[in-house]
Parts: sequence; structure tokens; C-alpha cells
Amino acid sequence: MDPKTYKFDTLSLHAGYQPDKNGGSRQVPIYQTTSYLFDDVDHAAALFNLERGGHIYSRISNPTVGVLEERVAALEGGTAAIATSSGMAAIFLAIMTLCESGDHIVASSQVYGGTANLLRLTLPKFGINTTFVKPRDTEGFQKAIKENTKCIFGELLGNPGNELMNMPEVADIAHNAGIPLMIDSTYQTPYLCKPFDFGADIVVHSLTKWMAGHGSSMAGIIVEGGKFNWMQNDKFPSLTKEYEGYHGLSFAEEFGPVAFTMKARAEGMRDFGPCLSPQNAWNVMQGIETLSVRMEKHCANAEKMVEYLMAHESVAWVSHPSAPDHPDYELAKKILPKGRGSMIAFGIKGGKEAGTAFINNVKLASHLANVGDTRTLVIHPASATHSQMDEATLKFAGLSQDMIRLSVGIEDIDDIKNDFEDGFRAAKKPKLVANK
Amino acid sequence: MKFNVSNEEVFASTGGRPFDKNKPLIIFIHGSGLTHMCWVLQTRYFAFHGYSVLALDLPGHGLSAGKSLTSVEEMADWINGVIDAVGFNQASLVGHSQGCLVAIECASRYPNKIKTLSLMGGAGAIPMNPELLALAENSDPKAVDLMMDFAHGPSGHFGGHPVPGLYHLNTGSMLVQSKEIKDTLGVDFRACENYTNGFEAAKKLDLPTLSILADKDRMCRLKDGQKLADHIKGSEVHVIKNCGHMMLLEEADQTLAILKKFILDKYPII
Repeated sequence: MDPKTYKFDTLSLHAGYQPDKNGGSRQVPIYQTTSYLFDDVDHAAALFNLERGGHIYSRISNPTVGVLEERVAALEGGTAAIATSSGMAAIFLAIMTLCESGDHIVASSQVYGGTANLLRLTLPKFGINTTFVKPRDTEGFQKAIKENTKCIFGELLGNPGNELMNMPEVADIAHNAGIPLMIDSTYQTPYLCKPFDFGADIVVHSLTKWMAGHGSSMAGIIVEGGKFNWMQNDKFPSLTKEYEGYHGLSFAEEFGPVAFTMKARAEGMRDFGPCLSPQNAWNVMQGIETLSVRMEKHCANAEKMVEYLMAHESVAWVSHPSAPDHPDYELAKKILPKGRGSMIAFGIKGGKEAGTAFINNVKLASHLANVGDTRTLVIHPASATHSQMDEATLKFAGLSQDMIRLSVGIEDIDDIKNDFEDGFRAAKKPKLVANK
Repeated sequence: MKFNVSNEEVFASTGGRPFDKNKPLIIFIHGSGLTHMCWVLQTRYFAFHGYSVLALDLPGHGLSAGKSLTSVEEMADWINGVIDAVGFNQASLVGHSQGCLVAIECASRYPNKIKTLSLMGGAGAIPMNPELLALAENSDPKAVDLMMDFAHGPSGHFGGHPVPGLYHLNTGSMLVQSKEIKDTLGVDFRACENYTNGFEAAKKLDLPTLSILADKDRMCRLKDGQKLADHIKGSEVHVIKNCGHMMLLEEADQTLAILKKFILDKYPII
């Protein structure tokens, strides 16, 4: 006897939506509206008092966005989700739902440049400080925890260097300290890894990337695992104590496995307002419908590119967890059995000058500040996404001047390689080849 | 709120409003392995509209201390103890699934205390599938997966939770797994399996009774719920279409509307 609940590929297409409750519309309707009629005063009061579910105002929730939220929660194995206007909005909202002024975060040092700036420079303005630890330094996470630490945060595969955090061990460290592990799983998508299966408690995504997949729409999401016991200690009073903003409601007592999401929506969306537009939610869902097939092709192309780059005379080094010489090769096989993702970092011989010439002379690969598009993308992080960092911070974040970040698309692999050959040819004699 | 019954601490949600001894009491009794949280889309309405609400965590469940009670009869007596402990001499009971067995047993034992019964997804007997029972008693998470499958209809399986962003199956699964499976779900399933007095208890009842049933219920099938209702004098029956066993969440608005009408009519605020 086995459960007959729907599986990943089916959930990608159907989760969160029933046509017969929406006038038979097979596709999810786009509810392009700011607000929703109340039946009467009692109905309005019921919605504001959280007596019943429903929509009040699209900053708080929206039916189209709600389908996306349920769909991603279903795919991740989470209890609930709340979508945001971008991945950065998701990280900010998640942290502000957890932390108060005076709190502390332990974070992986190898994170997206925007995240690093938020943690390093912006959140201290709100009295929230961060200690950074290199992602492979598992013991370092333990040592960095203080009395006022409220979570460990990291990207599973660090951006851009592809260092893999030992998520199960770091989760144990967090849980022994009575705090949750928050993972940015943008690089993996739930197709490659479900962080809740490895001990994470909160997952955030930039849906803009592989989940949406087509480089058309900004979106983010927070997903709650539902296992973390907020009431085990006194570290999270805004979740466990009576909340003035809702008639003395205790989110943890009343909502248990969805307490975090309920607070993020009731407080965070109400007060900060980083809501997702219904049109963008719909666009993201178009991408999610083909997530499995795209991720398979992304990963297959990435592995071919790793082989190609490792054998190339112009390449100094390649970092991707599918490469047998990658320090996290074995761990990646365990945590990412279906594929190691399509982000590759490599060093080009000739350093920054060669890298600049390479990027300026590829034609198929797009030079831009995004990852996870269906198209192949390249960038030189030290001069773009991580350019606000000084030399020492760059080094601590695992970046070097010769590093090129490659997001492998799903074009024909031979066309990508041919394009790279043009780039490498230019990089060999950068001063002689005219830039585009 | 917390209080003691038989020297063990009990947790009950009061629906977001302070507990008031001057308002009529409604007690909500959850099903096997679950907690007070499954009632959130019913309790808050009554709490905000003139009733005192207790959505209980049975002993050993959710935030209540102690060990799980091993028989429906013990649970029925414990509900009587709850009413005494909070200083009331009467209450209305609302039960779901196993909570229906507890409610009818309690009402048959304490007819002077129980004023109305509202039964959701109930049956006169809930015999367990032997494989499912064994899995639960061995704390196998597969028991929870199977329960979530059987307990949900189309809304649960596809989604479309009334509260934006919540996903039925995983929320239910985490509720059940908040404690050791064998200590809650396993004990509860065995209590259901062993309980044989449902129809006899039902025949003794003489109080306003409501049955809310669902046509896609695979845990307590519609015909079994109807059979129980047929044993209760004057029982009012409502069937929710295209819905599974977890009607209190899957079709929360319909469920609340039916419950509101019944309670306000049969157990009004004086």
C-alpha cells in the first residue's frame, strides 16, 4: 500500500489550482486587481481577524500569486510559502520576520553580492549584525553562534565559487543551538534538491532564475518547512508571545507549522509590502510547468561544458561539483543526485584582462547580471555583481580577478562551445582583437 | 490557554480571544494524531462572536502534556474533566473523525452537560486498515503519507487552501509529525480500532446533533457517516460535495457556514 499523492512533475503543472473553482479556466487566471469585495461588514471583520481565509488587498495576498505560493510549497515539501517581488525581497522579509534589533546572523561568506551587501552593510542599520563563515568551514558556523544569533543563512552552492555547504551538518549545528537554518536554494530549485530533506527550516528563492527560467520576470519566495519548534526557547518572542498587531495572537500557538509564513504575511507584507504582481506570478508559473525538463537539459549541458573547459588550454581552473576534482564532489552526489546545477565558475589564463576580452567577444552567450535563464549567460563578478567588495572581501567570498561566472543555457551544446572558442581566441591576444 | 486536568497540563486555543466564563462554551475535539490547529478556520469565528472556545490538544498531543489516552471512553471522560476544570457545567461539542467518537461517547455519558453535538467526518465505528495501523504504531512516516492521501479530497491533493499560501498535505503531515508518530497517531488509531460502542452511544443521544459529511471522504465514508446519523434521533445532515475527510480545512467556509447556522440556532448566546 503506497500513497497516491501527486508527484513532482504533476505538481509542477497542477499544484495549488482547481479549474472547477475558477469558472473552468484551464490556465490559472490572472487576477489583476488591487482589492476584493466584502460580502458585508461581518465578512470584512472576519478576514481582518484571521477568522477565515481569503483576500483583502493584493499587497497582502492575491489569488494568482496564491497558486504560485502553494505550487512552490508543494514542490519544496513545505507547509506554506509567501511570494515576494524579488529574491532579495524574500531574504529581507524572511530575516525581518525572524530578527529584532540587536539580533545576530551567522551566514556563509559565499553568497550573491546583493545578499552580502544586505547582511554586511544594510542590516546593521537596523541593529542586525552578521558573522560570515566560509561555506566549507562547518565548525566555523558552530563557533560563530552567539547568544543573540537567530539563524544560520547560506546558499547551498555558493555564488559564484560553487563551494557546497554541508547542509545536514550545519542544520544539526543550528538545531542544537535552537535556531533555524535558512537556505537560499535558487541555484538548485526543488528539482535538484529539497533542502527540507536535509534539515533546512526555511528556504528562499529568487524565482527570477531557473524556476521562472526565461529571464522575463522578477519574483522571490519564502517557503516554510513546518518542522521547527519556535516554542522550544525564548529566542523568537515575536512568534511565540502575544502579538499586539492581531489582538494578542501568538503565531506559534495558533498556527504551528505555518506560523512563520502567517507572521511574514500578516506583519511583513502589511508593513513592508514587497508583494509580487499577479502577472509576474503567472509568468513564473509558466516556467515552473517545464522545470523538470529544463533542469535536466541545463545540467546535461553544464556537465558537457565542464568537460570542455577542463580540457581547454586557455582555462586555468574550473569549479563545478560534477568535476571529480571538486572538493565537494562526494557531498554533491549525496545532496544533488539529479544534477549539480548549471552554474560554472572558471578562471581564464591571463587574468582580468583576458577575462574582459573573453566576455566582450562571445556573441551567443549574453553578458548580463542574471543567472538561470534558458540562454547562456556570462559575467565577470569582480567587476560587476561583487564590485562593491574590496580585494580582501572578494578573497574571503571566494572570488578572484580571473573568475568568469557561467550560467549554462539550454542551447545546442556545440553552438555554446563554438561561441566560447571565439571568446578564448580573443582572450589570448586581448590587445590585438577589437572589442565588440 | 493552559489549565490542568488530572494534574496534567492541557493546552487549548481560545480562538484568539480571552477565555470568558460568562459566554457559552464550545469545545472542539481534533482527530487522530492532529492538534488544535486543524480548527483555526472555525474557532476564531465563534471566539469573535460571543462564545468561549476551547480547541483542545488531547493529552500527549500538540502543546498538551502527558501521554495519549488509549481509549475513546477515557477521552470522553477527559472531556468531562475539561468542562469541570474550566468552571463550566455545560458545553457544546464539535468533533472531527476520531473526535466524533469521543463526542458521542461523552454526550451519552454526560447527557446533562452536553448541549449540542456537531460531528464532522464522523462514523459510528472507525476500523483501521491493519497495515496503516501497524505503520503508525511503528512510527513509520509512511503512515502519515497514507493518512494525508486518504484524508484529503481534490482540494487537498491539488491545493487551493482557503488561507493563501498554505499547502494542505504538507501542513497536515507536519501537524501529525510534531510528536512521535507512535505516541500520538499510533495510540489514536488503536483507540479507534478498539472502540465498539459508537452506535449504542448514538442511540442514547437526545440533543441537537449536526453531521457534516463529505462525498469524497475515504477515511469515514459518506455511507458510514450517514449510518451514524441515522442512529441519532433528529440528526441534521449536510453533505459537502467534491470534498474529502478534512472538510474543516478543505472546504472551511462551507463547513463554518453550516456550523454557524446550527450553533447559533441550537446553542444561542443568551
